[in-house]
Formats: sequence, C-alpha cells, structure tokens
Amino acid sequence: MQLNDYEQEMLAGEHGQAKQYGMQQVLRVGTFFDAPDTVEIAQVHLMADPESLGVSGVEFLEGLATTPEADRTVVVPAVTDPRGVDLNAYKKLGQTDGMADLEIRATAAFRSLGFMMTDTCINYQTICPPVLGEHVAFGDTGSTIYANSVQGARTNFEGGPSALAAALTGRAPRYGYHLDQFRRGSCLFDVDFRPKDLSDWGALGAYVGREMASYWEVPVITGIEDTPTSDEMKQFGAALASFGSTPLFHMIGITPEAHDFKAVLDGAIPKSVKIAKNDLDTLIKSYMPSDDKLDVVVFAGPQLSLMEMQTLAEHLRGRKISNDVALIATTSPEIKYACDRMGLTEAIETAGGMVLSGVCFYQMYAREIGEANGWKRLMSNSAKLVNILGGYGYEPMLASMEACVESAIQGRITGDAK
Amino acid sequence: MTNIFKGHPGIGDEVTGEALVASDNFSARYDLDRIKGIFSRPQHKLCGQSYDGKILILNAAKGGVATAWMLQEMVSRGVAPKALILNFANPIMAQGAAFANLPMIDRFEVDITENVPNGANVKVIPETGELRIL
Repeated sequence: MQLNDYEQEMLAGEHGQAKQYGMQQVLRVGTFFDAPDTVEIAQVHLMADPESLGVSGVEFLEGLATTPEADRTVVVPAVTDPRGVDLNAYKKLGQTDGMADLEIRATAAFRSLGFMMTDTCINYQTICPPVLGEHVAFGDTGSTIYANSVQGARTNFEGGPSALAAALTGRAPRYGYHLDQFRRGSCLFDVDFRPKDLSDWGALGAYVGREMASYWEVPVITGIEDTPTSDEMKQFGAALASFGSTPLFHMIGITPEAHDFKAVLDGAIPKSVKIAKNDLDTLIKSYMPSDDKLDVVVFAGPQLSLMEMQTLAEHLRGRKISNDVALIATTSPEIKYACDRMGLTEAIETAGGMVLSGVCFYQMYAREIGEANGWKRLMSNSAKLVNILGGYGYEPMLASMEACVESAIQGRITGDAK
Repeated sequence: MTNIFKGHPGIGDEVTGEALVASDNFSARYDLDRIKGIFSRPQHKLCGQSYDGKILILNAAKGGVATAWMLQEMVSRGVAPKALILNFANPIMAQGAAFANLPMIDRFEVDITENVPNGANVKVIPETGELRIL
C-alpha cells in the first residue's frame, strides 16, 4: 500500500501517538483488502457504545485523550452514533452505575479527541447529509448503507477503531465501496408491490439481506414505482445491512447512481428474484409467537425521525399503555429537543411511554436491561432490531407501528399482528 | 486429503489450536453471549457451544459494526477465540482483528468450512494466508 510522505510521518509517530495509531489501523486494514493507497474523507460517523468498547476500549480511548491536544484532535468533522446510557433514564431501565460510569468516561475521552457528541445513527437525516460522490467514513451499518445508496456517497463499513483512525488522520484505505468497480450491481430483485408501512419496508430489506452471500454483493431493486420516503429508505436499508452485512443497494429509477439498468449492471441483465407481498408475510410470520404475551414494545434501530415521532405521538395521544407492558422510543438529542418543543414527548409520556435521547435499544446493554426488567417478548416495527435481539435472549416479533401501539395498550399481542 | 489450505494473507500472529467449524455466518454482537463465551443466537448452528480458545471456522462476516470493538474487548477479558477463519471477512471483522491483533485469514481457494473437520488440530499462519491441519 502506497503512503505519501505525510502518511509515512504519521506512521512513524512524528505527529504523535494518536495519528500513529490511526495510520497503523489504516495500513493494516488497507493491506488486508489490497488497497492501493488512501482516500481523504470529508466527515466521520463513529460507533462506540460502552457495551462494545468494554473497559479495555474505554481505557484505550482515555490513553489517546491524554496525549498533546495538537496531536490527538480529529482533523475532519467527526460525530458519534448512539450512546449506551441515557443518563436521565438509566436507573429506571435497570442499568447500573457501572454502565453509566463507563459511558461518562467514554464520552469525556471522545470530547477530548474533538468529537461532536451527536449520539445519533440518523446523522444522514439530521446532522450533515453527505452528497453524491463524497468520500466519508461512516460507522453504523444503517448510516453507511443510506449514505452509499440513497445519497450516493462513498464509504465502507468503518467500525469504531477504523472510524477513529479516519477521524485522526483524515484518511481511509481506498478499497471496496470507494471504488467504481465495487459499486456495480451483482444481483437483481423484482418487487411487484409497494410495501405498506415501515415494518414492511424493513421486511423487504430483511428478505433481500438474507439472500446476500457476503459484504461484496450489491443488490439492485426494480419494480418500486412510487419513490419511497426517507424513513422508508431508512428502514429498508437498515434491515438490508443488518441481515445481509451489505453496505450498498441500487433502486432503479430512484437512487442517484441507478438511472436505469445499464447504469448499475454490466453485461446482460441477470435473471431477477421475484419478491411478492406473500414472501414478506411469510418472513414476518416466522417471528410470530404461539401466544399473545407481551413485555415490551420498542421503536428504535434506527432512531426515530421527527416524522416517526409525530406518528407515534398521534397513535398514543389521549390513550393509556397497559401497566404490564413497557413502551420505549429512542431518538437523537436534536430530534428529542424538537419533540419536547412540539408537545410530542408529552403525548407519548402521558400515555405511559418512555422517550430516550441519544441512545438506541440494542446498543444499551439490551441483555442486561431485559433481565433486569423481565422483558422477553418484544414487539417492534424495526426488522433490524428484531434481527439483532434474538441473540440477546429476547423473543422479538415484527409488526406495524399501529399494531405495536395497539398491543401495548391492550397489554397483549393484538390487532394486525395476530 | 489436502492438509494445507491457502487464503489471502491475513492479520495477526501464527497460532495453533482446535477448530470449531460450522457453515454459518458470524457476528460478535448478533451471535454471542460474550460473558459466558458461548454462541447464544438460537438459529446459529453452534448455539450453546463455547468458542473460548478455539480456532473459529465459519462462512462469512455478517451483522453490524460492533464486532470491530468487541473482538479486542473479548481478547482483553481472556474469553475469545484464538483465531477467526472465514470464507469471506468484511471490513468490520478485519478492522476488529487488526485492532485486537487477533489472527484472521479469509478468501480461501475452497470452502474452508467444508474442508476442515470440526475438532481438528490446526495451525493458522496469517503472514502467508495458510491454514494447516496437523
């Protein structure tokens, strides 16, 4: 891998320990993927919840945070993914002081490195949306697939250690989705209906994601005639990336690189996989339990946009959630302020729901809070969340927001979900 | 029977150990109870089995980005696989292995999950991208 003079200096430690770490990480990963050189990136989105970091990860960050300020400060705008502990709500959720302490230490270290604590996975909707052709280093599967696919930006999945390296050096190894040849479609899916609500868009993403053999496949979707909304694309992409570990899709006539088949497919158009509404129904039913017991309803993964928060508030306004069921919605600090201002938080909380800020359910010690609260049966309209939480000891199921809310009010799985 | 399998040059140092093999995919967040050191995802073929100290041989990296931090966290607590062998890694797995200095090789000439018997004693040589059945 070719490094220029400045990169060689960083690697040699001439610009401090933090940049040296960054170049070492860039070089190791770049070499593994045969990157010819580096690419300068415009902004960074970093995932580093305390559960993933652990004590050793936090200590590593604290070590960098004690190096000279000029050496340790990020060199491009760098923002953070959701945190693991909402300090205003952690005791109520059964999180421990130890978890909160780790959260506080990690946050202090990131601030010291110059990160802006946006604490959101929907930075592409709420902070600084990247633009067509812009090279970035995004570190959440949902933010990566949205930036690559819907906005036409260029990034690989940059997990925490590499997003940190990108922020400190301003560079990422040039391989994978930074390069034209890796952004060509590899398979075709023909959808003969329009998904109805966000859970259906997630189920569609899950269906396509399950068909992906590896990170390097690029699904091309055709048959969607009406342009999806940003939130529909968000749920579709988040589920596709979660089930498929896939960071890019093209939607013919809709996403910016896919004006037509020729723009994203080489050679003859491949035989398509047909997806019918019935296929999604089967996928959703595969998560359906045999009884109607319900412990917790979660709207998260990705965090909710202002529009989703408004819809949730309208479903709940003037109603009362069952005492036997918890209802949680997570959003970004910026959207939470807006919801507070517009009365949406009040509508949700008056009904008995919780609005959490700057966190996302699966990133907040999901196993431990499930055990602390006796939560096992979980409903969500997020296919991504349902996919993740099976491994955390939950029995998750997928349903529309309306069915989730109705079930929370009835205290049992009901409505369209049954 | 072939005893040497060639993949892409990998990450980390040479290591020897017992292979734990399945044709399933892998994500640290989605699939593991990292405190107990076992696979916990009910749908995973290795559900209930311990990965601690094993040479883990699976198909492809899947799931989200958390694995990039989690491999180092697992190594630091001493409850981790000795090496990761995959048909196809993704950037997250490579970034995590690089950060943790956990041996890893991928992109073999054959489906590695079908060519190494579960329980075999194997040597992993990341520098040359070789896996040898001993």
